[in-house]
Order: sequence, then structure tokens, then C-alpha cells
Amino acid sequence: MAIIPATWDMYDLIQGFLQAPAYHLIFEALLMVLIAKLFFSKSYKPEKIRLSEKEKEVLVKEWKPEPLAPDVPDDHPALQAMEKYCVDGAVGKTVNINGKDCINMATLDFLGFIGNKEIEEEAIKALNKYGVGSCGPRGFYGTMDVHLDLEDRLAQFMQTEEAILYSYGFVTIASAIPAYSKRGDILFADEGIGFAAQKGCVASRSTVKWFRHNDMEHLEELLKEQEVEDKKNPKKAKVTRKFFVIEGIYANYGDICPLPAIMELKRKYKVRIFLEESMSFGVLGATGRGVTEHFGVSIDDVEMVVASLENSMASIGGFCCGTKFIIDHQRLSGMGYCFSASQPPMVAVAASKAMELMQNNPVMLVKLRENCERVHKAIKDIEGVEVRGSPLSPVIHLQLSEPAADRDLDMKTLLMVQDKAISQGVAITPARYLDNEEHLLPQPSIRLSVSSQLSEEEIDKSMDIIKAVFRSVLSGNTAGHGGGGDSAEAHS
Amino acid sequence: MATGRGETRTSTVENTKMSNGQPRNYTNGHKNGHTNGYKNGTNGKTNGKSEKGGRWQDDFEEYFEETPYHIAILTYLGYALMVFIGHVRDFLRYYGIEQDKSCTESNQEDYVPLYQNWESFYTRNVYRRIRDCWNIPIASCAGSHIDVQERVTHDHGWNFEMTGKTLKVMNFGSYNYLGFAENKELCGRDVQRVTEKYGVGTCASRQELGYLDIHRELDSLVADFLGTEAAITVPMGFATNSMNMPALVSKGCLILSDELNHASLILGSRLTGALIRVYKHNDMKDLEHKLRDAVCEGQPRTHRPWKKILIVVEGVYSMEGSLARLPEIVSLKKKYKAYLYLDEAHSVGAMGPHGRGVVDHFGLDPHDVDIMMGTFTKSFGACGGYIAGSKRLIRHLRANSHSAIYSCSMSPPVTQQIISTMSCIMGRTNPQEGRRRIQQLKWNTRYFRKGLHERGFIIYGNKDSPVVPLLIYMPSKIALFSRECVLM
Repeated sequence: MAIIPATWDMYDLIQGFLQAPAYHLIFEALLMVLIAKLFFSKSYKPEKIRLSEKEKEVLVKEWKPEPLAPDVPDDHPALQAMEKYCVDGAVGKTVNINGKDCINMATLDFLGFIGNKEIEEEAIKALNKYGVGSCGPRGFYGTMDVHLDLEDRLAQFMQTEEAILYSYGFVTIASAIPAYSKRGDILFADEGIGFAAQKGCVASRSTVKWFRHNDMEHLEELLKEQEVEDKKNPKKAKVTRKFFVIEGIYANYGDICPLPAIMELKRKYKVRIFLEESMSFGVLGATGRGVTEHFGVSIDDVEMVVASLENSMASIGGFCCGTKFIIDHQRLSGMGYCFSASQPPMVAVAASKAMELMQNNPVMLVKLRENCERVHKAIKDIEGVEVRGSPLSPVIHLQLSEPAADRDLDMKTLLMVQDKAISQGVAITPARYLDNEEHLLPQPSIRLSVSSQLSEEEIDKSMDIIKAVFRSVLSGNTAGHGGGGDSAEAHS
Repeated sequence: MATGRGETRTSTVENTKMSNGQPRNYTNGHKNGHTNGYKNGTNGKTNGKSEKGGRWQDDFEEYFEETPYHIAILTYLGYALMVFIGHVRDFLRYYGIEQDKSCTESNQEDYVPLYQNWESFYTRNVYRRIRDCWNIPIASCAGSHIDVQERVTHDHGWNFEMTGKTLKVMNFGSYNYLGFAENKELCGRDVQRVTEKYGVGTCASRQELGYLDIHRELDSLVADFLGTEAAITVPMGFATNSMNMPALVSKGCLILSDELNHASLILGSRLTGALIRVYKHNDMKDLEHKLRDAVCEGQPRTHRPWKKILIVVEGVYSMEGSLARLPEIVSLKKKYKAYLYLDEAHSVGAMGPHGRGVVDHFGLDPHDVDIMMGTFTKSFGACGGYIAGSKRLIRHLRANSHSAIYSCSMSPPVTQQIISTMSCIMGRTNPQEGRRRIQQLKWNTRYFRKGLHERGFIIYGNKDSPVVPLLIYMPSKIALFSRECVLM
């Protein structure tokens, strides 16, 4: 319609207006008044209910909160086990439990550094010079030369530009992930990653896409889906960072990640990798550099390697290593680094010395590998028990091949196995999880840990004992309860 | 609160404006109390007020002096100038006119950039210039005197080089309240003995054969020290908060957190999944208002009643030096049936006549605080944290805390250090030494604060708090102050 009607149409309009009947005009005028009124009247808002003071007092009196902590019975299996197996003395090659010396196949001391006199001597020297605590975060006079030395040593060993040291292993990965991945970014995480990495993913508030454990096809599917999404919204895709969160050796399953396949996917879909190597640092690779050395992948292709010093290095703490560009960022945005006291100097010195010993004696890595293979071979044929874990991994899970429907029943069986084994001189432990909070709760299992210090006779002896114990417990179970599974169904 | 006996200082902010530049008469209330013939403690009694209520408020002095106008304007101008210059320099660097000394990612052309440009703007252009004031490496124990390693930068803070020289300086930077960082005579021998017996690490979590007899001893000692039924210890202070809060509180609960809470408390609260509401720092009216609203209105939208309400406060706030007004918080919590989480990272060992923290300082019953948390880093010269409370609470944490299941247990020499220092403070070993240190700390705190006041500095916080924030405001002055202090 023309913006300015021609004068001829204007004349027609005015003529029509003058010739219209009165009632028509009045009706139109009333309609216009009504429209104007509706337009200017306030929209309907229901009145906010205000409680009177008296009502509030009544509500306050009536409200009953839940108790702060649920009542945990004294005979909770974890509590009982802790009290029963309280260790007296070092948790080294042998463990003294209730006066009995047992061969230690439970704790994660892979290279047997606990009880090493050289490390203890260095630690005592540091104790005499620095005291115990560092009394401050890294920013406020908590940075000591021993920390800088350890960081340099780690960076040199892993052949990266820089390394950053944290004072606790759990917090390392849980602070590293949120420092880079924020709301709106995407984390492709393996379902089998440990609890600390899961908490890191939660704390980052990013979108987490879980792919089935070690299933590269599923991962590729997810990546393809994401690519399609990206094409639909290229502007958003330009600012969405993507990361893989994987482990070298998975603590929950004992198997190794397929790193070469992941590197291919990384290059194809432009995703950065966070590799958690707590179990594989000091274990895999010719010199103990971890899964990158094991597969011959260049460490420059992995954005960040995170590991804890609490396993093979027999110390406390953790570190991240990578290029300066990446690691330097954590010095201001890693929460567990900036807002927490630094590592006690004697602990840092112990880790340094352990690294030195490992670098000077690569034969202990060979010994560890041999021991792992020996244990794997020996533990294979137990009836009713499935062995999970790669032959190269020092962490082996022994699961029941016919699990009961009720998880608690399985745990009871495993606790019986632990009890009997300890009474016969082999210390083992079931793997512990927080049942309600894990993303994918693994099956109950006994987690064996192999140390390079064990001799062949000790391994053979322990394996025989464990096999005998399993046999007696499982056959006892079958005889007594008519099959674990059946009894659970009968009761439920 | 005029009692007619001279000014009794209250703790509200309105009373504390001293912008006329006069040094505050520090002993106002106390002096008047004495010359009138009545000791301060009996003020409340003669007035008819309750003894307890009168006493703690009489002794509670906090001030947050207002910034003088001209300083505020100059500070903002200073930052604005730095931001402007930063933009200019970034522009020059982008076009290659100036050499870019920051590190870049290599071989990652098609990847989404890891950091947004504006994220690192502050680091690159403001922080980088004065970055030598922080992360200063030392080559000795963090005691009363430290050996600072001299660093020099030839390119304005991009890279540092060690000169190899060390400077011996007095230490006002480390959190070493009772001086236990230097401990050769007291605990050195015990810690050495334990290192030789147990080694340095444990390589196992508490529930997986990492629970040593020395840990059991420490847990019961901490419970005795604080006067609670039981306690559990964790090897890292930060992790104590972030790993244990999720075990206590979950979705459907409400957390009322003070404005100035520490990062570990904020992270722990976020990980719980509960709703977090922040109340103004130490403002009891705001807290009561929020508590009341929460209980009456219930959860947002559904209006279901809350499962639990948790009030999270700190004993001594590490950046402001203020104390939580614990007696008021305890009475509020009792009235509204909320639970109280008290983080005593800086106050345990440093406050209170027996060194037992703010609960001791205010003379309250430890059973009134549901969850007492603290760290061993500051007053005990070790590292780690604890949570203490009722037996039921600790039993639940032992079975369900993340730290008991997934992370390794405390290092034995560190455990022994805590046992030795705590026994000393409690008076079980070396009773004179423990008492002397606590009293010396108090005296030093008051003397130091008074001295700074008289010299005209602006300091924040409670007069009893060993944390003394000294306000400098301008970034250039920060750099100057830090460099001059270290050199002297």
C-alpha cells in the first residue's frame, strides 16, 4: 500500500467519513477507546503472598531438618576393615597387620620405594634444613628451592618445557581440568576414569560426553555427532574447546588406553588431550615416562600429562607437565595450586630422590614388568574368578565371574577372601568406591598391586595362597548358600 | 552502647571512620574501663546485662577504615592507565611492531584457541609488570627469618634469572603463627624417628590398608584438643573442604555462605550440588533475614521444605583479618535449626587462651558447632586438615568421605609433627613452651597492630587477629613496597 495515498483516494476517504451513519461512527469511537484502555492498563500480576510474623514463627518452629549425618552402623564393612587392619609400621614390601607380617600386594608402591634408606636419609636432611611444613601457598613465600628443583627435574625427565607441582594427588587432576575447560566447552571422557577426574569434570561445569570404556568406535560416533552440531552453528563452534580425558592405565580396570588411535582422532577432529598417568608414570615405557613412551608417541602431541606422585614415587603430591603455554596458565588459575599451601619440602625431596633412583636404575622397571607378567600367568586359572587387567599393568582386578544380584553380597565374599588371605600372610584389599557417586560403578573386585621388589618365590607363594583362599571361600559359598545369586533373589 | 563508663567500642563499621587522619586511640575502651575502677569484664554485670553477652562484645574490635578519596581516585587512574597502555601494547604486538615475548601454542593452527584474549590480558599487561612481588623462592625453613633467593629480570617481568645471591630477611609473609616451622629442638627428633620407621609416603588410601596406627593416634589427639567427640584428618587442607562437604550436604539442601569465604569452601559448596546463597560479610541481620526466608518459603519454585541448611563461616578471614561473630551465629543457628560449618584454618592454634581457636576465644561450647574444620598448615608447621564433630558425623565421614576412599593417607612424618606440636600446645609435653608461644603471639599481634596504627597505616581486621592486611592500594606502590622491604 502506498505510503502517501494519492489525493484522489484521500478525497474518497473524507467523503466516506462524512457520509457514514452516526451509529457506525460512535461504535468505532468506542472501540478505539477500549483499545487505548487495554493498551495502557497494567498487566495482571498475582499478589505476592506475604506471611505474617506469627505465621513465620510457626513455620520456623515446625520445620524439622534431616540429621546432619546419616546413622552409619558400627559394623559398616569399611569401618570394620579399617579398624581391623590398622597397620603398625611402614607399608613397604611387608606390612605388619595385628602382629602378623604379610606380603604387601595391596598398596600402590610399584617400585618399592617405601622403606628405601637413601630416600629416608635425604628426607631427614631436608627436615633438618627446612622443618616439616612450608607454611604458605606458592605465592606467599611457600616456594622453596626444592620445589623448583623437583619441577625442573620432572620437566626434564618427561621431556616437556615445564611442570607444575601440587601438594596432593587427588586435587591435581581435579584442579587442572577446570583451569582450562569452562562452561560451554566439551569434555569427551572415558567412562572408566577415576573419581578424581570425574570430580574435575563436574567442577569445570563443561558438557561431559561419556564414551564407553576404551571403545574408539563409540568415541568416533560422538565426535561425528559433535561435528554435525558444529556445522549447524559455526559461530559457537569457533569458541567451543574440546578435550579428551583419558588415563594411561585405568585404575578401575587395569587396562591401557589405545593412545595411537586416540591421537588419530585428535588430529582429525582437533581435540586436545588431558592424559592422566597416575598408574602408568614410573611403570610403562623403557625409562618409566609412561604411556607415551610405551607407544612411541611424541609427548609434544599430548597437551598435558597429569600424574600423581603417590604411587610409583612413594611420596605425596602430583604434577602436570606440558608446554609453557599450557602449564603457566595453572599458576594463576589452578585452584589447588594458588589457594593451598605448597608441598612439605621433605616430601618434595623424597620424590626428587625417588626419581633419581628410578632414572639411575631402569632395571627396576624391567623387574616390575617381569613381576606383572608372572602374577598374570599365575593368577589366570582360578575357578569363579575373572582377571581384568593388561599383562603390563601392575594393577590387576580379580572379579567374581558370576556376580550376585546384590553388590553387598559380593563385597562380603571379597572381604572374606581378604580376611583369610591376611591370616595366611598375604595382604590384599578389595577396591573401594563411593557407590552412589561414581559415574559407572565397576564390579566389586580385589585389586592386586604388584611391586618390583617382590622376588619370584614371594610371588609364587602369594599367588598360591590367594588361589587357595578363593577356592575355599567360593566353594564354601556355593555349599552354604546354594549359589550367591540364588540366595539374593530368594531374599529380595 | 554507651554505658556511661566511657566509650565501649562496638564492632559495627559505622563507629570506625577515622578519615581525619588521626591515629586512633587504641586503648580507649580499656583505659576508661580501668580508670573508673571497674575492670572491663564486669561492665555488663553492673549494668544488668548478661555477663556473657557483655563480655565478648566489649572485647570485639574490628575496623575497616574507609579509603581516602584522593587515594581511591589515583588508584583507579593508575589501573586505567595500565589497561590503556596494555591495549596499545597488545595492538603493537599483534601487528608485529613490538616483539611478542609471551609464549604461543605451536602446531595448533586449526584448533579453537585455548585462552580467550581478554582472559590473559590482565596477566600479560598488569600482573606481569609487578610479578616479582609474588612466588618469591626461599632457600630455608619458613621461620622467623628466611633466605630469599634473589631474582632479576632483564625484560620487565617476562623471564626471571636467579643471581645466586640470597638475602636474609625477617619473615612477615609465611603463616607461621606459633613458630613451629622451626622445630629442630622440639619435634625434630620425633619426626626423624618416624621417618625412619614408616618412610615418607603410604601409597594407599585409608580404607585400602593405608590406615596406620599413627593416624589413629592423631585423630584421637585432635578430638581431645578441640573438645569434640571425634575427628578425622586429611592430608591437604584445601582438599578437606572440597572433598568432605559433598558427603554432608547434597541437592535439596541450602548453603548460606559468607561473602568472603575461601576458594576451597566455594569449590566444596559447588561440588555438593546444593543451592548456595551468599550473605554480606559478618552481617548478622542479613544472615537472619536469609535464614528466615529460607525456612518459611522452602525450596524455590516447588516450595518443598529444605532438607538441611548449612551456614558456612570462617574463624579468621585470611584476607580481611576479621573474626566471625560466632556467639551470634550460634544463637541464630539454634533458633533456626541450621547446621554450622566452621573453617578454622587461620584461627586454630592462634586464637583463644589455650590456642583452641575462635570457639575458645569466645568461650563457647565446642558441641554447639556441628562441624569444626581446620588446617594444620598455619599454627602447627605441618600440612593437612581435620574435621571434628560428633561421633556420628565422623563415623559417616570415615565411611563415605572421598579422601578416605580415593586418595592416599597422611604422610607419617607430617603426622608426627602435628602430634608433637599439638601435644606441646595442649601442655602435655613442654607445657611452658606451649603457653609461652600462645601468649607471645597475642602480645606480638596487639603490639604490631598498634605500631602500624600509630605510624598512620590503614589496616583492616580484628585487633586480635594475627592476619594483618595493610592497605597499599596502588599497583606501583605495591611493587615499590615489596622490593624495598625485601632489599632492606
